[in-house]
Amino acid sequence: MDAGSDLTRWTAAQMAAAVAAGEVSAVELTEAHLDRIARIDVQVRAFLYVAGDAALAAARAVDARRAAGEPLRPLAGVPLALKDVFTTIDMPTTCGSKILAGWQPPYDATITRRLRAAGVVILGKTNMDEFAMGSSTENSAFGPSHNPWNLSRVPGGSSGGSAAAVAAYLAALGIGTDTGGSIRQPAAVCGLVGVKPTYGGSSRYGLVAFASSLDTPGPLTRTVLDAALLHEAISGHDPCDSTSLHAPVPPVVTAARNADVAGLRVGVVAEFAGDGYASGVLTRFNEAVELLESLGAKVTEVSCPHFDYALPAYYLIAPSECSSNLARFDAMRYGLRLGDDGMASAEQVMSQTRAAGFGAEVKRRIMLGTYALSSGYYDAYYGKAQQVRTLIAGDFAAAFEQVDVLVSPTTPTTAFPIGERADDPMAMYLADLCTIPCNLAGNAALSVPCGLAPEDGLPVGLQIMAPVLADDRVYRVGAAVEGALGQRRGHPLLEEASGVDEADDAGAEAGR
Amino acid sequence: MSITRDEVAHLASLSRLDLSDHELDRFAGQLDVIISAVARVQEVAAAGIPPTTHAVEFTNVFRDDVLAGCLGADAALAQAPAAEMGYFKVPKILAED
Amino acid sequence: MTATSPTPLSSPVPFVEAITRYEPVIGLETHVELGTTAKMFCGCPNAFGAEPNSAVCPVCLGLPGSLPVINKTAIEYTIRIGLALNCSIASWCRFARKNYFYPDMPKNFQISQYDEPLCTDGWLDVDAGGQVVRVDIERVHLEEDTGKSRHVGTSGRIHGADYSLVDYNRAGIPLVEVVTRPIPGTGALAPAVARAYVTELRDVMRSLGVSDVRMEQGSLRCDVNTSLAPAGSVQLGKRTETKNVNSLRSVERAVRSEIERQAGILDAGGRVIQETRHFHEETSTTTPGRSKEEAQDYRYFPEPDLVPVAPSLEWTEQIRAALPELPAARRARLQADLGLSDRDMTALRNAGALDLVAETVSAGASPRQARNWWLTELSRRANEAGLELGALPVTPAQVARICAMVETGQLTNKLARQVLDGVLAGEGSPDEVVAARGLAVVTDADVLAAAVDEAIAANPDIAAKVAEGKITAAGALVGAVMKATGGQADAALVRQLILARLTTS
Repeated sequence: MDAGSDLTRWTAAQMAAAVAAGEVSAVELTEAHLDRIARIDVQVRAFLYVAGDAALAAARAVDARRAAGEPLRPLAGVPLALKDVFTTIDMPTTCGSKILAGWQPPYDATITRRLRAAGVVILGKTNMDEFAMGSSTENSAFGPSHNPWNLSRVPGGSSGGSAAAVAAYLAALGIGTDTGGSIRQPAAVCGLVGVKPTYGGSSRYGLVAFASSLDTPGPLTRTVLDAALLHEAISGHDPCDSTSLHAPVPPVVTAARNADVAGLRVGVVAEFAGDGYASGVLTRFNEAVELLESLGAKVTEVSCPHFDYALPAYYLIAPSECSSNLARFDAMRYGLRLGDDGMASAEQVMSQTRAAGFGAEVKRRIMLGTYALSSGYYDAYYGKAQQVRTLIAGDFAAAFEQVDVLVSPTTPTTAFPIGERADDPMAMYLADLCTIPCNLAGNAALSVPCGLAPEDGLPVGLQIMAPVLADDRVYRVGAAVEGALGQRRGHPLLEEASGVDEADDAGAEAGR
Repeated sequence: MSITRDEVAHLASLSRLDLSDHELDRFAGQLDVIISAVARVQEVAAAGIPPTTHAVEFTNVFRDDVLAGCLGADAALAQAPAAEMGYFKVPKILAED
Repeated sequence: MTATSPTPLSSPVPFVEAITRYEPVIGLETHVELGTTAKMFCGCPNAFGAEPNSAVCPVCLGLPGSLPVINKTAIEYTIRIGLALNCSIASWCRFARKNYFYPDMPKNFQISQYDEPLCTDGWLDVDAGGQVVRVDIERVHLEEDTGKSRHVGTSGRIHGADYSLVDYNRAGIPLVEVVTRPIPGTGALAPAVARAYVTELRDVMRSLGVSDVRMEQGSLRCDVNTSLAPAGSVQLGKRTETKNVNSLRSVERAVRSEIERQAGILDAGGRVIQETRHFHEETSTTTPGRSKEEAQDYRYFPEPDLVPVAPSLEWTEQIRAALPELPAARRARLQADLGLSDRDMTALRNAGALDLVAETVSAGASPRQARNWWLTELSRRANEAGLELGALPVTPAQVARICAMVETGQLTNKLARQVLDGVLAGEGSPDEVVAARGLAVVTDADVLAAAVDEAIAANPDIAAKVAEGKITAAGALVGAVMKATGGQADAALVRQLILARLTTS
């Protein structure tokens, strides 16, 4: 491998340290990644838009600051892949949808601003399930992304593009959003670390809304420490987001560096096992639990009886909120407009445009949400689902009186083949089974790789859940598992990913 | 059956989605399955349980009554599908407000 | 069910007649644009008349990813309004999304309040037709205004594509909605009560300083609900909602016109359709809007992008303590201070003269003088000129000056009227007019002596009678002198001089 590839194998923390020390320039780093993207992304299809010049300009700015002797932020110069759901003033924002194809926002999301202020180099915008609805990127209007472990498999979703980018070493950092598991599940199936912070921990201003009370921006990285660094860089109160927390950012970096779980009480969620879980997933999960015990944690089983209602509650609340959030896409002020022949009414143009501009899953959820909010149905559906949230939060509260963290598999199966669930919405929804409770209650959760499933050699994720505002706990446990497994293995798990053809000329031949 | 094809057509109309017959057929079947599944929430006895919207409940988030930057008409209209003399140009509106 | 349309040939029944057989119930929904500096959920300016789409940002344009943040002053103003209307202020409430598609609504939902309004259960007393009517207020809530669209083009189908132009400057401006409960039992006074309510509400808003409440600019908008029931019936009739009511006069006329129209339908055995109607100024009638037999389902749910508003008791009491004197209290105070009877008050209010009188008194006139001048001389001149009292080119201070000059004897009432003429004609201030026209009462005895001598000389018989002791006869001599001096002589002094001349003291 040439020096370029070596650079891209570093962790974000390593890259940041190298830039700060002057061992490598931010421009070199960016160029190495842009080169790799140009060669490899045709296989993985992680990016919808590559920033090119803008990224190099940002890198040059970091180098200039360093040359001027100014202090650099902890992640300055590190290249990042940004899910295409965040507004960027100098890049299109499509949300994976035809209805926004080519839309150029006139403002940066707060997340975007904070990344830029941190000196992070945004390499481009990544693919995603349309408007964050999906678990595989197959709902993207621009085609699915491919799992770097096996290109015929999904990279998970909806933040599959960011996951694929980081897992294929096209970026050191990724930002996704997690509404029902859309950071954690892609992380799990791609062998990455993915974190859903406590809801409100980082700003939703500029995050194109899917489900307002559930959407949470978060990191997708190759190590727990990288995730913690990114978590800190983007988090904190934002006056532009009324739902953003006023509480200080939990000490996640400190926790990531302190991987000690001795005496920690760990609860295994009884409801997340059994039928529907791949045997390899359960095997690796159970081993991870035993590992925690061997590290000194006290493990018990905890029942969270209302978790069985989490999936139905989620598939009422999220569609309801999205049916309202997506009403603004009506062809009047921006985005796609079809059927405007001078005779058609505004209503007709709206209906035609939306029918052509939205994909099937989005349409289903809009209609489901419209149904659930309808007069006469509100109490039985949306109203009831919001009550279920209280019960689920109650389950967590009760559990956290007995234990410090809860664990479960992140998702019931490994990465499934592209196309396998595309025509079966309910089967697709099951990917979110284990991740949804934390979205409904809003508490923090992290997915860390815990091995490969024996039957298919694909990654399995361990999900760690903590109480609201106790984000640091998931980092502490995640770091412990990562460290111990890494020691056992002797090398980072991701190095075993072999889906991507690294040969230079493969890029030209690799098609779809 | 929890939802009929006609009801789905009505939902599509309410949602400003001009669906084809083929789509209506397909969605009707799928939505029927989904609605039956999500209706499970009604099994949960939750009388008197308050709803939860946000993880951390707080109140009174305000901004002071001061001006902050506007976009300017050019930026506002830059991405408009159609514009005329500083206005957003939209097809004729049938309904009255 | 077969739809029963109103009998096609029904025609409106004259109001006076309609009222004898039917009892109206009215209701009013009033929208007030708050005069905050910035919009309801963002920092764009809350201004009227700016270049189209120049006062917009991602939030009020509803761009993807934008989020609202509540303007604190808008909440304060709404609480102020609620307190002034005797409402209870919610200790905890939320905003809700009202979902419907319309191009002037950037998000295709309006952030409003649904079942958790900020203020509830208040009242406002209004005077109409000599009666005090207590209008119950169901709720006062806060929401965001929409943009404005206007239709362009002809309706021709072959050429001239019709389209609309939309300006979002108004989108996001804070709007307070005040909803009354149904107001029964007003009978023939229904139109007057409706007008009086909107007038009083407007005056309350003005005194609170929360809005400039200009109906002609749209910062005060009114929808009027009207229903009729046969006299003596307990059931409420079907109500219609009338929009596009753009002036106080229109409020009154809209109610009247609906009563007449609905009476016609009911007389003919038809059914009144529950619908929204559009008021036309030119004809003072209403026409149907979009017929909606079924109410639109707005699919309300609590706004997830906002957290609840929970005004503390302390904050509410602070606002209450800082409330200004409200119009009703001010009127009561003025009535007492000015020593006015109820009849006087009514006359003044009807003439729109109360403030003018109060200011004239502040400038030094007595209440009686101020009242008299405004209700007689000035009202007459206003009528003659076809002007509102307040539009006359004379200030309360000037009127007070004239009163003062009469009080000191510098002017007689007759002269004072001439001075007023001069001021109204633009000749200057009262003092300037007096000087320019030489209108002052003459009090110089030497000047008057000549005129007295002349009058005596011209009326020897009368003079003789006075000399004999018939003092009352002096009046004719005084009159002669007054006539000779064009009314400017000081009559009392003239009389003294005459008596001095003709009698021995």
